[in-house]
This record gives sequence, C-alpha cells and structure tokens, in this order.
Amino acid sequence: MSADTPPSADGEFSPDDVADLHARVEALETEVSDLRGEVDEGNADKMVIIATKGTLDMAYPPLILASTAAAFGYDVTVFHTFWGLEILHEENSKDLGLSAVGNPNMPVPNAIAALPGMDRMTARMMRNRIEDNDVASVEELIETSLASGVDLQACQMTIDLLGYDEDDFYDGVTTGVGAASAFQDMADADIQLLV
Amino acid sequence: MSTETATETLDVKGQNCPMPVIKTKGAFDGLEVGDVLEVVSTDSGSMSDIKGWAESTAGAEMVDQKEATEDGTAVYKHYVRKAE
Repeated sequence: MSADTPPSADGEFSPDDVADLHARVEALETEVSDLRGEVDEGNADKMVIIATKGTLDMAYPPLILASTAAAFGYDVTVFHTFWGLEILHEENSKDLGLSAVGNPNMPVPNAIAALPGMDRMTARMMRNRIEDNDVASVEELIETSLASGVDLQACQMTIDLLGYDEDDFYDGVTTGVGAASAFQDMADADIQLLV
Repeated sequence: MSTETATETLDVKGQNCPMPVIKTKGAFDGLEVGDVLEVVSTDSGSMSDIKGWAESTAGAEMVDQKEATEDGTAVYKHYVRKAE
C-alpha cells in the first residue's frame, strides 16, 4: 500500500487509518501495562490473624504463624483483642498465666489444680519446659515479628476496657485501631484466622 | 553444584521452630545472586520447614540437605542458593 493510495473498496487502509490504528494500539498497550502494575502492587499475599487469648500456650500460635508467614513474604497483620492484648503488653507478656483447671491434658486433677498458687506453678512449669526445648520466648517472638514487618495491632476498644495505656505495649505495636480496620484487612487477605 | 561452595553460614543450632526459617529468610535477603547459604540447625523440623520455605520463595533454590552427627547431636544442614 503506497502513501498516496486513497481508501478503496477492496479493504485497503489509508495512511490516516493506519496512524489511527497505531495510536489505538499504543493507548491499549499503555492501559494494559498500567493494569498489570496495579495487579502486581495489590498482589502481595496477605494474612490476618485475630488473637483473642492471652494464656501462655495461646500466645504462641499467632506469633509463630505471623513471623513464619512474614518469612514467606506475606504482609501480616495480627489484631489483638480482649485477652489477646496481654501478649502485646510489655510487662504482662513476660508473665502470661496458665491454668491446669479444666485442661484434661495436664497431669493434675482439677481439685488440686484449683488450689491457690497452682496456676502460677503450672505457668512456671510450662515456661521451664519451653526454655528446655529451645522454644523462643513470647518476647523474642514479638521482637522477631516486629522486625520482620508484621503489623501487631492492639484493639483500641479493649485497651480502654482493660484500662491500659498505649505506652504499656511494645514499641512498634499499632494502637488506635478497631473492628472496622480489622475487617477491612480480613476482606483483602488470602488467609484469615481467629485464635 | 557442590555444597562446599557455600558463601555464608548461618548457625541456628539450639533454636526451635519457627526461628530457623525466619533467620534463613533474613540471611537469604542479604545474599548476592549466585551465593549459597549454609544453614546449620539442630531442629529436625527444619528439614521440612526450610525446604518448604525455599520452594515458596522466589529466587531461592534448595541445593542440598544433609543430616550429620556432631558431638553426639543430630545436625541438619541446608544449602540454599540465591538464583535470581
């Protein structure tokens, strides 16, 4: 097709048509690459854990999973609410409680486990066992999670309810968040867990 | 590739799950392309965990995994190459 050929009935294109088509292809290419960029940006794998328990045994699953997921390249948020706040409380996290009462897996009869001082003893035994088995402390796992970019969040409503102060929590813990932000994070996440 | 070519060694002996994987990831991020990281662990679970981590991590290639006994203790060695 020469440059001065007019459009003809046999389906040939004029230079203007070709220029239009080129422009359109360029516009579409730009659009596709923009969309690809958006998909890649929003494509990071994401996990959200809602941590509601504050006993020594229940502090571990959310922290271990959170720090592990971060090592797998996930964006991780752990939203701590109710007794889950104890895990983020700098002082209380070092002395999380554990009771053998109502726990048939512990080798202590309920009638004895209910005696004064038994909960402290049970927690101490568990803590010793954790140490003897080279399992990281709660404090270590929190520091590791924070260093790996895990967003540890403390539910504001429960902070107020339990009478805590923002300064009571580890440096790097996010405060001032509520159910709506947790829900939003969960809606965007690939994995959502309630612990 | 021979496992003798490890360019860096990470010692996580005496640390249990999830630390070996997390520290492997930390050390891996600091490697140059082509480097091989040797991870030495006493956690038997690390055989499966570090393998799984390498399989799911872009650019991480598990070159070899070995089990040995050092001073009467089982030691697990992992060799991860940064491929890209």
